[in-house]
Amino acid sequence: MKPRILALGEGALTLEFGDRIDPAVNARVMAARNAISSLRLDGISDVVPTYRSLTVHFDPLLLDRTTLVEQLVEIAQAPTQRSSEAESSGTAATTRWLLPVIFGGEFGPDLSQVAQATNRSEAEIIETLCSLELRVFLIGFLPGFPYLGELPEWLRLPRLASPRAAVPANSVAIAGAQAAVYPWQSPGGWHLLGRTPVRLFDIGDAARPALLAPGDTVRFAPIGRDEFGRMSIAVDTGKIVRKDWLS
Amino acid sequence: MLEVLDCRVPASLQDAGRPGYRHLGVPLSGALDIEWLAIANALAGNPPHTVALEAQVIGPRLRANAPVTIALAGEFSARIEDAGGQSREVGNWRSHVLAAGEVLDTGSLRSRIGYLAIHGGFDLPVVLGSRSTYVRAGFGGIDGRALIAGDRLNVLPIGKAGERTSLPLRLPRPPGPWSGALRVVSGPQREYFTDAAWARFVGEAFIVGRAVDRMGLRLEGPRLDHALGADIVSDGVAPGAVQVPGDGHPIVLLADCQTVGGYPKIATVIGADLPCLGHFMPGQTLRFVEVSIEQAIAARRQANAALAECLASIVPGEGGFNLDALYTANLIDGVIDAHR
Repeated sequence: MKPRILALGEGALTLEFGDRIDPAVNARVMAARNAISSLRLDGISDVVPTYRSLTVHFDPLLLDRTTLVEQLVEIAQAPTQRSSEAESSGTAATTRWLLPVIFGGEFGPDLSQVAQATNRSEAEIIETLCSLELRVFLIGFLPGFPYLGELPEWLRLPRLASPRAAVPANSVAIAGAQAAVYPWQSPGGWHLLGRTPVRLFDIGDAARPALLAPGDTVRFAPIGRDEFGRMSIAVDTGKIVRKDWLS
Repeated sequence: MLEVLDCRVPASLQDAGRPGYRHLGVPLSGALDIEWLAIANALAGNPPHTVALEAQVIGPRLRANAPVTIALAGEFSARIEDAGGQSREVGNWRSHVLAAGEVLDTGSLRSRIGYLAIHGGFDLPVVLGSRSTYVRAGFGGIDGRALIAGDRLNVLPIGKAGERTSLPLRLPRPPGPWSGALRVVSGPQREYFTDAAWARFVGEAFIVGRAVDRMGLRLEGPRLDHALGADIVSDGVAPGAVQVPGDGHPIVLLADCQTVGGYPKIATVIGADLPCLGHFMPGQTLRFVEVSIEQAIAARRQANAALAECLASIVPGEGGFNLDALYTANLIDGVIDAHR
């Protein structure tokens, strides 16, 4: 698909690279994000990458829209070189996280149904999920909420027919080709498999409030109840800090 | 200091919001009507984007535990009760001095939303660059929630600029009720809809649904049919975007909307018309009219100029006095108390 520039009102432009979830498309999005950020244009307030597009929010009275469109066209037209650059440099710089998760029981109330629906054992579900190196495609829905992908075909299930009114914070969940961690208690329709002691969003850290960023990778590691308890306390008391979750 | 005695309809504290964090899933938030926020603050002698109380439908009752100057922007039906039980009506679009012990009942709002600013601004922690309340993730404002009885709102120390302001102030020509069609630019997913759907969108009237909150305005009435389906792989959204889920009933996104969304967006309300979106009541009708991007940018410039003109028209209210004199005389103890 040829990149397109779409108007989201007069104060935002969306640079669209594709219409589906595809790691190659996402790599172009991230390359374009870097290219725009490096322009350091006054008047841009937010640059928001998604799976397949990049939305630039700006003040059209501070930044000439026509000029910005021209710059976006230029960035979109040099995708191959830019994305390969980003990918080669990205490989070296990729931030890899290892997030401990307690699976099943009260922490993952949907694990048994997921096992039934996929005709696998609960152990196989956990083993599969923990064997994957998942890519952070997008942060959205809630502050710090990561969309992780992709799950193997057999583990892809539709969302719950009736969403829960309150998914506990720190729940690890799956839906379709994606996995996610809920940083906040919220309504949600994904299948809950477990819970992590890791704090995904810290409002006290204005420089980097979200733990994960698009382009990072995440692995899950199973832990037991005692370990979950110990780690949760250590997070609360500051004995475990963010970099301790790096792989 | 103001103490919340009663707040029956959720009210929150809002400034200009927190731009710069949308890539982390943090919504813009901030005042639904950024122009009225600026007016309330100007009347209170504050910079335009100082955090203020955004009331809706029925405003809170507040007691001044120390003398404070407040300003009202919106169609409140407010009264002040003094310690002796005497009550007096207070006007909108002006500032008022509350003596210690006086109770301000802001009353019902004919404009659905309204702003109460306080001279100096509310003393609240800055979270990611803003004091705006964001209820869904529970941060900003007071513990990230709507105001409740018992909340205490302290006032920030008043800067040198504030001390020179003559208060109270009033706005001689308040903004009238908003009327007309909401101006939109088409897209970003116009092609996801049939031509007939577009014709209905700009040709027919919609009715504001019952669920009105700070995330969006759900509309009833004409159904907008999709030509390419009702699902897209999520892309960026913004306040003003008109998204249309599978049932064909549009939702106009507001300040607390998510940063990305998976429904196609037929059009986007222009920046100049965003402030009036917060004023629509359930059951009210609403129409859209298409403008070009160039017209939208010109309208934004015009709206900024009109607001500047409005703020410049503010004059001292009856019984006006110099605040320096006020604070160095009988109210000084109270002010120091309020700043503590």
